[in-house]
Amino acid sequence: MVPFSFSGHKFFALPQAALFWPARRALLVADLHFEKASWFARLGQMLPPYDSMATLADLEALVAATDARELWCLGDSFHDSDGIDRMPADACARLEALTEKLDWTWITGNHDAAFAGRCGGRVIDEAEVDGLVLRHEADTAETRPELSGHFHPKLRLTVRGKRVSRRCFVATERKLILPAFGALTGGLDAGHPEIVRAVGPDAEALVPVSDRMLRFPLAA
Amino acid sequence: MTALPPDIGRWFDGRGWAPRRHQLEMLEAARAGRHALLVAPTGAGKTLAGFLPTLADLVGDPPGGLHTLYISPLKALANDVRRNLLTPIEEMGLPIRVEARHGDTPHDRKVRQRQRPPHMLLTTPESLGLLISYPDSFELFSTLRTIVIDEVHAFALQKRGDLLNLAMARLQAIRPDLRRVALSATVADPEGYAKWLAPDADAASVEIVRGDPGAKAEIEILLPEGRVPWSGHSGRYAAPQVMEAIAKHRTTLVFCNTRSLAELIFQDLWKVNEDALPIGIHHGSLSVEARRKVESAMARGELRALVATASLDLGVDWGDVDCVVQMGAPKGSSRLLQRIGRSNHRLDEPSKAILVPGNRFEYLEARAALDAVEEGELDPDDFRDGSLDVLAQHLMACACAAPFEEGAMLAEVRSSAPYERLTGEAFTRELEYIESGGYALRAYDKFKRLTPELDEDGQTHWRVSHPKFVKQHRLNAGIIVDAPVLDVRFKNGRKLGTVEELFAASLSPGDTFFFSGMSLEVITIKDTDLLVRASSKEARIPTYMGARMPLSTNLADRVRGFLFDRTEWAAFPEDVEEWLSVQGQRSVLPRPGELLVETFPHQDRHFMVTYSFEGWNAHQSLGMLVTRRMESAGLKPIGFVANDYSFATYSLERVRDPAPLFSPDILTDEFVDWVQGSHLLKRAFREVAVIGGLVERQHPGKRKTGKQVTFSTDLIYDVLRRYEPDHLLMQAAWADARTKLTDVGRLANLLNRAADTMVHVDLDRVSPLAVPVLTLIGREHVAQGIVDDELLIEAESLAAIAMAAD
Repeated sequence: MVPFSFSGHKFFALPQAALFWPARRALLVADLHFEKASWFARLGQMLPPYDSMATLADLEALVAATDARELWCLGDSFHDSDGIDRMPADACARLEALTEKLDWTWITGNHDAAFAGRCGGRVIDEAEVDGLVLRHEADTAETRPELSGHFHPKLRLTVRGKRVSRRCFVATERKLILPAFGALTGGLDAGHPEIVRAVGPDAEALVPVSDRMLRFPLAA
Repeated sequence: MTALPPDIGRWFDGRGWAPRRHQLEMLEAARAGRHALLVAPTGAGKTLAGFLPTLADLVGDPPGGLHTLYISPLKALANDVRRNLLTPIEEMGLPIRVEARHGDTPHDRKVRQRQRPPHMLLTTPESLGLLISYPDSFELFSTLRTIVIDEVHAFALQKRGDLLNLAMARLQAIRPDLRRVALSATVADPEGYAKWLAPDADAASVEIVRGDPGAKAEIEILLPEGRVPWSGHSGRYAAPQVMEAIAKHRTTLVFCNTRSLAELIFQDLWKVNEDALPIGIHHGSLSVEARRKVESAMARGELRALVATASLDLGVDWGDVDCVVQMGAPKGSSRLLQRIGRSNHRLDEPSKAILVPGNRFEYLEARAALDAVEEGELDPDDFRDGSLDVLAQHLMACACAAPFEEGAMLAEVRSSAPYERLTGEAFTRELEYIESGGYALRAYDKFKRLTPELDEDGQTHWRVSHPKFVKQHRLNAGIIVDAPVLDVRFKNGRKLGTVEELFAASLSPGDTFFFSGMSLEVITIKDTDLLVRASSKEARIPTYMGARMPLSTNLADRVRGFLFDRTEWAAFPEDVEEWLSVQGQRSVLPRPGELLVETFPHQDRHFMVTYSFEGWNAHQSLGMLVTRRMESAGLKPIGFVANDYSFATYSLERVRDPAPLFSPDILTDEFVDWVQGSHLLKRAFREVAVIGGLVERQHPGKRKTGKQVTFSTDLIYDVLRRYEPDHLLMQAAWADARTKLTDVGRLANLLNRAADTMVHVDLDRVSPLAVPVLTLIGREHVAQGIVDDELLIEAESLAAIAMAAD
């Protein structure tokens, strides 16, 4: 866990692509994309049907490690609005156990707009929490400090001939984009014009490693 | 002796030719209805020998329908052969239709070929794999008499060979009296190839016909001023002398071991090309148009030299080459022979070749290759079991053509030599994999691609569940999975070729690199294009990731022999002899069976150099594993470098006893861990996931870029490793990682004998033998498997320095 502050609030960035908010004992994650594999399987690409399990196991571990009380999902929690119907029964049960145990909020995204939250938790479009706006996709017109997901930012570098690629946060003074958390979620280059446009100038890619935060300036 | 049919005999007479012995023997084998393997050097008229029986059959009034399939590893070769075949057919006045079919053949012609087939169809293993996926393939192949496989040595032992072999099993099932014919360059193990070729791997059913050996090649080792440099592996220092050789000959082929080296050598030659002789460059990353242009200039005899890579290793016949230059070490004797064979296609005249070793070890290797060629010793052929991902692709193709009965299909697959050992259990797993992914958690029963149905006799028949899966299969079938690439383009859109994404990612605007014989400056990267302008500035080298051919075991053994056998040294140049004798005084010259390990301090670091001669791949792996052990032992390793002959680690602490670092349990304890955590297995998994049809392939103009394919298969790999590490595709990826990426077989040999054969010498300074590998330090890329975090931290600190305010 690497401490860092955003808009006057203290957070911990977790290398597992999540954010912990100690003041609220809240975990924030974005883009879980549950049941992505089964969505592809319908089309004939039989991806391993374990992605929901893997994502859930990671969430459970984080909850245990941080002793979180709240959990906020910043949208695209299911890969599609029917995803929840395809979720295997035991995965559903594990998810329900989590939503029961925690104060759980689903913020809807573009993939799961019609998502009904049938596994517990409350479903909302966006929220303002202690002065921070939480929504799925960054809004360039937003003037308040904002946390969002949607873009799946990833830092890709070639160092001494070897390609390194890592999920990352993208931050400016008033905007913070979280990496995708889901086990099968791909990524968009952190310096991609769409991301830079969404957060504005002077953006940095943030990569938590064991004991510190690495910062990489992104070209505007 | 078999007589030629009169029409064909007259044609030979008319040209003043007589059929060669092996051509008549091939005809005889055909008349006896036997399969045949022709093993002959280049220039022996192999292709004509392969077709002669077909021509003889079709003389007079040929019946309709497809008679002969000709399979070539290269599209270009299929086109070339078509041209070369049409001439005799026209001159003989035979009413035979010959057509080519491959990825570039227009769709309407492909449809017509299936409806109204030519007598002879020239195609590639991939196109054949697609043909058998059509329901009308049963009719198309019902008249087939012969399949001829050209250049079989070039791909039989690879996945494309697996695919072709399975396709042959299918053809044989459709047409039981199909005759199989293969044409091969000189190989070490003709029996092995006969077994590969035969139905049911029954080598006895194959007539092995041997061509007469050509005149012995004249090979010389080029040593400018009789000296060999300490370091390097390209022979670049010899550019002026190579240019002289070009000037002296009609047409010279200059072979380089990598594409980047080819670009570099081309530049070097151009700088010393005072008479502005026309020279060209040819490698696999250049655009098709660029390659075609060079090929036709070559065919018209307009080029005096062509700098090339393995993209020219195969048969396209350009007649007039009279000299072959090999830059750097040849790495294996078979490959050297095949390259030399590209010169002088007349058997009775000796081929001429010049080897340019890059350093002193390479000099020894060049000598070794020369001796091996002299003695006719070839590299061992490594026959292996067929790949599981290829089998999945083939079974899906069969299902696309028609439903099949499980037991009959298993028997058919087992009749294919690479799959003769396939177990019933493994076959069932293949079917389950195609059906719905083959996962222990049967989550996709609703989405099945194949549906099993029981007939009245209790047999299971498999059919494709929905036509969309047939379409999907045909779009994605194929064996070659390219690394993600970017197109290199001028701003006006003209495409020059491709570079691997990995290389492109290391470029910034303003950087310059050699490509297509030009110095290019990067403007920007836009989507999948690398936009460039021509530049007069000095250029960097493109670094392609392409696999490196490791030193073959037989050449390695010969080089070891040279180290110990001083009687050989007299023939070596003075500086090589001196190098070896000083090594003998300062340290030890290992006996052929010994594993020499030297330790010495140098510039505040402690070095350990291991002379294991197991080739670059194995040394890379071992270097990773040994440095990890050094880390655990508190020796504070900093890094390692490897070449084909040795590898060197450097550390802050001194290695006092190397033996524990080399115990065989490294392969059980650390190897699996390391391979799983490194990118090796991910890379292998990406290939098997595409070939096996788990994920869709990238299509031009379709949504996925190569980047996304890499990406998603990495994630799939991570999930699968966690929940089902024994999945069929994981097995397939492991099989590839073991053989192709890590050379684990050679690694195991080395470690098993390390304890008994290790000779450790502790020295007070660097030894002569260590110099070639130590000079690589600082110039080598970081090895696979280093921890990403460390690289990220390094990148951040560099960025910080670069971005720091003054």
